[in-house]
Amino acid sequence: MTIVAMVAGALLAAAALLTTYRVLAGPNTLDRMVGIDTLVAVAICGLAVWAVYSGDTTVVPGIVALSLVGFLGSASVARFRVADEPETIPEPRRGDRR
Amino acid sequence: MNLALDIVSGVLIILGSILALTAAIGIVRFADTLSRMHPATKPQAIGMVMIMIGAVIRLRGNADIWMLVLVALFTVVTVPVIAHMLGRVAYREQQTRDGVPVADDTD
Repeated sequence: MTIVAMVAGALLAAAALLTTYRVLAGPNTLDRMVGIDTLVAVAICGLAVWAVYSGDTTVVPGIVALSLVGFLGSASVARFRVADEPETIPEPRRGDRR
Repeated sequence: MNLALDIVSGVLIILGSILALTAAIGIVRFADTLSRMHPATKPQAIGMVMIMIGAVIRLRGNADIWMLVLVALFTVVTVPVIAHMLGRVAYREQQTRDGVPVADDTD
């Protein structure tokens, strides 16, 4: 099981690095939001792999909290964000707030 | 029996990690926001559910594993909501590459 945890940890670390590139380089804030969403999911996976590796469920409540906070953060940003360049949005859609 | 369960758990965890990596590759490689939402939701959610199932199998007998089941269920419930909200904002701000969507009936 140690080898499985190490391989899974290496794969998840590579995934986190690639996603971090998109968070830093993403052309607009929606791309960064998608990247941060994935980054939180990778962190949840990593904590679960750590729980498997150590055989210790101390971090499991933290996993639950992280999934709740990740959802709230993404939903809030998607609901309340302001466009990067509001003048480029077509007129019929600009005033549609719902 | 224990060995078989551990093997199943390890295979599930490795497969889930591979799916997380493919999701990250897709997020880096795809062309526009609507395309990037696809790897951010579907492979990521399936990979997380697989890792949670593997962790539950591996940590069997522990008192806290119901929370892992809760995380898997919560992921499956919330990922479509986030995808819907981000997709709607991306459509409204036209964060799409040229020619997408092919047909638009909402105008």
